Amino acid sequence: MFIINSVSSIYRTLDRGVLRDIALACLAVWVIGLSYGAIAVASGFPVWFPAAQSVLVLAGASEFLFIGIVAAGGNPFAAALAGLLVNARHLPYGLALPDVIGRGPGRHRGWRRLLGSHVMNDESVVFALAQEDLPRKRAAYWACGVGVLIAWPGGAVLGALAGSLLRDTGAFGLDATFPAVILALIVPALRDRVTALAAVAGAAIALATTPFLPAGLPMLLALAGVAVLAVRRGAAVPAR
Amino acid sequence: MKDTTLAVAGMLMLSAGTLAFRFCGPILRERIAFPPWAARLLEVAAVVLLAALVATTALTEGHGFAGLARPAGVLAGGVLAWRKAPFLVVVLAAAGTTAVLRLLGVP
Repeated sequence: MFIINSVSSIYRTLDRGVLRDIALACLAVWVIGLSYGAIAVASGFPVWFPAAQSVLVLAGASEFLFIGIVAAGGNPFAAALAGLLVNARHLPYGLALPDVIGRGPGRHRGWRRLLGSHVMNDESVVFALAQEDLPRKRAAYWACGVGVLIAWPGGAVLGALAGSLLRDTGAFGLDATFPAVILALIVPALRDRVTALAAVAGAAIALATTPFLPAGLPMLLALAGVAVLAVRRGAAVPAR
Repeated sequence: MKDTTLAVAGMLMLSAGTLAFRFCGPILRERIAFPPWAARLLEVAAVVLLAALVATTALTEGHGFAGLARPAGVLAGGVLAWRKAPFLVVVLAAAGTTAVLRLLGVP
């Protein structure tokens, strides 16, 4: 029942432009889910694997990384650690967000909190941060979070089923959609000069070390790019 | 894939750890106040990780270069995102550019 109440409340709270943008973001997630499912199957995973992972992990970047490392012959626990490294950003997300999950009716509180945490992702966080007041932030967060919870596994299952028929996903350029979406999501943050410098430094470190190191490790080393903050502190940070 | 049981165990570890990250943030926020510099550091570190992910997934495949078509598509998407094009346009432009380049024989 609380889901039905929440849906009508979301519909009343958000204006149609925001709902349309959220729907578009979910459609993009669905398309990437298609490529994720297809790539997983092409890498030798059974159809149920990306399906289960898309629901249980619900974090695209780490799932691609996990599939990629395991398919390349890497240890699944090393792949999980690499994925966790990528997903560690959800901790600062939770710290940066106001109370968007909400408390809800007492009886459902624990479940609401668990589901509300699970639907935290790049898209739901970005949409929540973009709204003006707390009721709108909360509505946008839940609308996008639940939308992704449907779109991502939905795309993954369909992609996995189609992927076993369509052999060459590369011909459709689907492999370019994942980095493009992540890039689109961090573009607003990159408008800040110091963040952009740190990001470029980190990306350069990751690229330079990728030929020599096991997957996942170059990403860890990329964190050294944050050192730009210390170097630039005197100049740029106090100005904010 | 060599060992399904091991892969499932890895997936469960990834899902449990990810949920823990998601669950702890809001709870910690209720209890402790982070100094602004620490919040800033976490925020920039998240963007740095994602930028490194973009660079490696766009430009490399395994331990080698991925070819020109994919990074060209990602670049097209990135330029559109910078110009504040809608999300779907960014995604379709990236896939479309890469697909057309491959059709023309670009690796």
